[in-house]
Amino acid sequence: MIAIKDLHKRFGKNQVLKGIDLDIGKGGIFAVLGPNGSGKTTLIKCILGMVIPNSGDILVDNSAVRNNWKYRRQIDYLPQIANFPGNLTVAELIRMIKNLRGQQGNDAPLVEAFHLEPFLDKRLGNLSGGTKQKVNLVLAFMFNSPLIILDEPTAGLDPVAMLYLKELIHKEREKGKTILITSHIMGFVEEVAEEIVFLLEGRVYFKGNIAALMEKTQQNDFQHAIATLLKENNA
Amino acid sequence: MLKILKYSFYDLVRSRWSYVYLLFYLLLGIVLLFLNNDLSKAVITLMNVIIVLVPLIGTIFGVMYYYSSKEFTELLLAQPIRRSSIFLGQYLGVALSLSMSLIIGLGLPFIFYGLLRSDAIWDFSLLLVTGIFLTLIFTALAFNIALYHENKIKGFSYAILLWLFMAVIYDGLFLMSLIIFEAYPLDTFSLGATMLNPIDLSRILILLKLDISALLGYTGAVFQKFFGTAWGLVLSFSALAIWFLLPTYNIYRKSKRKDF
Repeated sequence: MIAIKDLHKRFGKNQVLKGIDLDIGKGGIFAVLGPNGSGKTTLIKCILGMVIPNSGDILVDNSAVRNNWKYRRQIDYLPQIANFPGNLTVAELIRMIKNLRGQQGNDAPLVEAFHLEPFLDKRLGNLSGGTKQKVNLVLAFMFNSPLIILDEPTAGLDPVAMLYLKELIHKEREKGKTILITSHIMGFVEEVAEEIVFLLEGRVYFKGNIAALMEKTQQNDFQHAIATLLKENNA
Repeated sequence: MLKILKYSFYDLVRSRWSYVYLLFYLLLGIVLLFLNNDLSKAVITLMNVIIVLVPLIGTIFGVMYYYSSKEFTELLLAQPIRRSSIFLGQYLGVALSLSMSLIIGLGLPFIFYGLLRSDAIWDFSLLLVTGIFLTLIFTALAFNIALYHENKIKGFSYAILLWLFMAVIYDGLFLMSLIIFEAYPLDTFSLGATMLNPIDLSRILILLKLDISALLGYTGAVFQKFFGTAWGLVLSFSALAIWFLLPTYNIYRKSKRKDF
C-alpha cells in the first residue's frame, strides 16, 4: 500500500528524517511510535504530501506522491488538532467536506454512534475539545478509502467514545483496509495495533509485531518493551 | 478552487467583522454626504479615506484569515484538492467578501442620495474599482507575508509595517528625495517611484479622472503632462493590474513548495 524509499527531510538545520525505508502492505493496523521529535508526524505528513521531502520517494498504491494530488482520494486522514472554521455548523462542515471530495460519505451512523445529533446545528466555534474531536473522527471515517491515517485519535475522547473508536477501527480492519495510527497512549496501541513501526531519531528502529518486540527487548509486557527500546538508545 | 472560494466567502460573510466593516462604510458614506452636502465633494473626501483605509483592512484581514484558518487549511491539504486551489480560493474569498462590504457599504448611501441621476456616478464607480483593486492587492500581499512566516506575531508585524510603509513612509521618503535631488531632472524617477506604490498609483488614478490639478501634486502633474488623462488612466490601471497579478502568482508558486 505504501512504499517509502530513503526518505530525507530537513527543517532548517534540523534533520528530522534521516533515510526512512518502510514498506506497509495492504491490510493491517500499523502503529507508528517513537519519542517526541522522532519524526512521526513529519513522516505522516510526507505521505499526505503536506511536507515535501528533500530526497527519497513515496509511493501510495503505486502512484508517486510528489506533485500529485489525486492519490489522496485513497486516503482518509485524521489530523492531530481539530480546529475548524468557527462560523460553520457541524452539518455544514460535513456537507462541505463531502462536496470538496466529490464523494458520497456515510456519515449518519457515525453521527449517531458518537451522539452528535444535538450538535449538528451548532457552530463549530462553540464546541468543546472532545466534541470537536468526534466531529474530526466522523470526517475521517465517513469515506470508504482503503488507507486510513489517524494522528493521535484518542485525544480528548470520553471512555464511551473511546470504546466505539476501537470498535470502528476493528470494523474497518475487517474490510481489509490499511490503518496507520500514531498515539502516545500505550494501552490503546497494545490493544489495537497488529504491527509496530518504531521511529528513533529519523530512522526506522524497529518494525514487527508486538510479540517480536517483546522478544527483542526480553520484556513481558508492552509498555516495558517500549521503555526498554528508549533506554537502550540512550545508553 | 471555486468550491474553496465559495466556502471561504460564506464563512467570512457570516463573521462579525464583515458586518462591522460594512457598517463602518455605511456610516462613513452617510456622514460624508451629510457634511459635504454635495456628491462630488463627498467623492473626493471619500477617496482620501479609502486610499489609506482599504489597504489597512485588506492587509489585516488577509493575515488574520490565513493564520486563523491554518488548522482547517491542513485538513484541506489532506483532501484530494490541488494545493494552489486551496490558497488562491481562500485569498479570493477574503478579497471578494471585503470588496462586497465596500461596494454595499458605500453604494447604498450614495444611491439613496441620488447618485444614479448625477454626473458623479463615473467618478464614484472609479473610486469603487480602485478600492477593489487595493483590496485585491493588499490581501494578496498579506497572504504572501503569511505564507513566508510561520510565526503569527512576525507575520502581523510585517503586514502592518508594509501598510505603514506604503501609506505613510513611502510618501515621506519620496518627498525627501525630491528635495535632496532638487537640482536634477526627476520626472522619470518620480514616475517610476509612483508605479512602485499601489496607494500612490490609486490616488493619481482617481485625481486624473476627477481632473483636480490642485490636488495632483508633483507626481500627478508629471503624470498628466507625460501621458495626458486618457493614457495616464490606462497606464495606471495596467500598473495596478500588475500589482495584483504578481503577488497572486507568488501565492500560487509559494504554496506549491511550502511544508505544513
